[in-house]
Amino acid sequence: MKKEISRRQLLKAGATGAFALIGSALLNPGGLFQKPVLAMNKHEIHAVKKEALHSGMKHAYDPGNVVTKGLEMAQRALTHFDYGKTGILANGKTVRDYELTAYDAEVEIARGIKFPGWTFNGTIPGPTLRCTEGDIIRVKFDNASTHPHSIHMHGIHPTNMDGLEAIMPGESFTYEFEAKPAGMQVYHCHVAPLGRHIHKGLYGNFIIDPRKPRAKAKELSMVMNGFDLDLDGENEVYTVNGYAFAYQQQPIKVKVGELVRIYLSNLTEFDLINSFHLHANYFNYYPTGADPEARPNFTDTIMQCQGERGIMEIVFPAPGKYMFHAHQSEFAELGWMGFFLAE
Amino acid sequence: MTLLEVSKMKSTSSLGKGKMITLGLIPFLILVILLVAIAKFGTGIEEESAAPIEVLNVEKITITDEGFEVKVLNSGPEEVTIAQVVVDGSFWNANFEPSDTLQRFDQSMIYIPYPWVAGDPHEIKLITSKGLIFIGEVVAAAKTPEADGNRFLQYALIGFYVGVVPVGLGLLWFPFMRRFSTRGTHAVLALTVGLLFFLFVDTIQEGLEMAAVAPGVFQGVGLVWFGVLLSCLFLIAMDQSSERRMQSKHSEGKNIAYKLATGIGLHNFGEGLAIGAAFAIGEAALGTFLIIGFTLHNVTEGIGIAAPLLKERPTWKTFLLLAVIAGSPAIVGTWVGGFIFNITFAALFFGIGAGAILQVIFVISRMIMRQSSKSGAPAVSWMNFGGLTLGIVLMYVTALLVKF
Repeated sequence: MKKEISRRQLLKAGATGAFALIGSALLNPGGLFQKPVLAMNKHEIHAVKKEALHSGMKHAYDPGNVVTKGLEMAQRALTHFDYGKTGILANGKTVRDYELTAYDAEVEIARGIKFPGWTFNGTIPGPTLRCTEGDIIRVKFDNASTHPHSIHMHGIHPTNMDGLEAIMPGESFTYEFEAKPAGMQVYHCHVAPLGRHIHKGLYGNFIIDPRKPRAKAKELSMVMNGFDLDLDGENEVYTVNGYAFAYQQQPIKVKVGELVRIYLSNLTEFDLINSFHLHANYFNYYPTGADPEARPNFTDTIMQCQGERGIMEIVFPAPGKYMFHAHQSEFAELGWMGFFLAE
Repeated sequence: MTLLEVSKMKSTSSLGKGKMITLGLIPFLILVILLVAIAKFGTGIEEESAAPIEVLNVEKITITDEGFEVKVLNSGPEEVTIAQVVVDGSFWNANFEPSDTLQRFDQSMIYIPYPWVAGDPHEIKLITSKGLIFIGEVVAAAKTPEADGNRFLQYALIGFYVGVVPVGLGLLWFPFMRRFSTRGTHAVLALTVGLLFFLFVDTIQEGLEMAAVAPGVFQGVGLVWFGVLLSCLFLIAMDQSSERRMQSKHSEGKNIAYKLATGIGLHNFGEGLAIGAAFAIGEAALGTFLIIGFTLHNVTEGIGIAAPLLKERPTWKTFLLLAVIAGSPAIVGTWVGGFIFNITFAALFFGIGAGAILQVIFVISRMIMRQSSKSGAPAVSWMNFGGLTLGIVLMYVTALLVKF
């Protein structure tokens, strides 16, 4: 009798336990009975991981070699300048017509990551507008998005062309003025709340060449920016020209001894400054670049606050891979890093 | 009843059966048609969702010499693709096993080769293709203990002296308590109810804490309460069916003692879980703290288990068995917590444990009341009330050793 009772009790305990087992198995199929992590085929994983660890330690992040739409966009932004549709006015002046359309678009900002952006012509940054000092420029702006936007261009122009008036969805407006002064400008949407309109992607470079052309060079346009994915007021990804590690994956090819000119601007939202640091070399830096005769700053690191911009002139002395990145380690490791490949 | 009548009845009943099946199927058919229609034509609300719905749960982070191994579960309604891994604010390469794309309820391991720093906090950010961010945190990096035989034995030993030893020690008070009068015995039983009531509240609280961090899709809070209700009713049902069959009064005390041991065993499983999990995430100091605390705490459980036996003549074998039933689940708990911890499962388990304890409270209270009414004494005498209070206070004070 004694024995029977205890057995019965044991059965109850067992039944309750079994109940728990069944319940957990239902909840998490395979979870309970699957092999624990550490019991997997260790040797295989070990070897793979060790190799990965070593390469990871040596070269930090490897962006791989998948050519994505985002990467192509960043490559195009680097060397593509929009001179507009050119015409000559009766007074002999050159007139340039540009078309910028604001619309919402998903933009790939790092391999596999899509950012729901507000764009000029579908890219972040928008196209690099380029003209010569004294040209009459006409920027036809169409707002095809669902929010009011505008284009505010830096430079000297009449205040009614300054882009402070919001252009409502479905409407359009043509900004018209004489381009001056020569140098490096930027443009961006100037509708409140500014932080949101800028961080979502409505900005780009605007270059006004001096009447007397600058020395012949390989020219590149770069916009430093950041992307806040979870909208917490902090950027998760930093890039130059909108795609993380773009020029680390595909280094920018330059020739040894050739003059390389970079039009660099900073439109990073949330962070106070951004910076550019070149490895193993120095460059001449012309802040804003309005005065080509100005004595440049000869250095390897410059910094810019939001909206600040300048022109860098670099000559690579010998073949090799020259790294460049923001000298905020955080920005660099979150995407703002690249290479020049001098041949 | 003539033959004709019988055959007539048969035919109507078979006809009725067919009709019944049809009637049962009609709502099903309509439901299927409705679902197909919704899937095909939509709900009529033509709106895109404002934000992507993706839910990833970081279930476990294992730290090895090579870096991190992160186990993730997609508990959201949609497929999730992990596009990038950012460790401590820096893009990092990672391997996915089996895939970086997870269907609903899929699990994946992410292998991140990373030079972690012992004792430092680390943050692992998973960025999905839709730009959502899920974070796994390592509070203080320490290599995850490997599941070798040695570790297995160490954990077993921990479970043994947290579970079996203190319960056994508590049972040793039996000869002392045996010399009590009926009133004194009742007070000890009331003390047991106090202990159990504390354990019940504590177990529910632990369960709800687990439930709060478990993947939302598994409805952890619900699981805790369903566990309580079902396990309690299950044990009551077991009881009632066996009572009807046996009708033996002699074994009531022993019966209750075993039940107590079982309920407390389930609770101790949870304690083992906490200790094992503390060691697994590298909090050895916390683990030691918990061991000392639970050992003292559990001595009182032994007293509780011995209480219903005061009027019986149990053998040493009974005590041994009781100590094993109540204490050894702590060993299993330590293993589970240390090697294969699953938070949802833990939440459910705490619910089941609480239900078992509740049932024992019910049984002991009934025993006190029955015996009191027989002897004409009040069920809630000051002695009994004092015992109950002492039980709760004892548990509360010893629990201060394990709370922080």
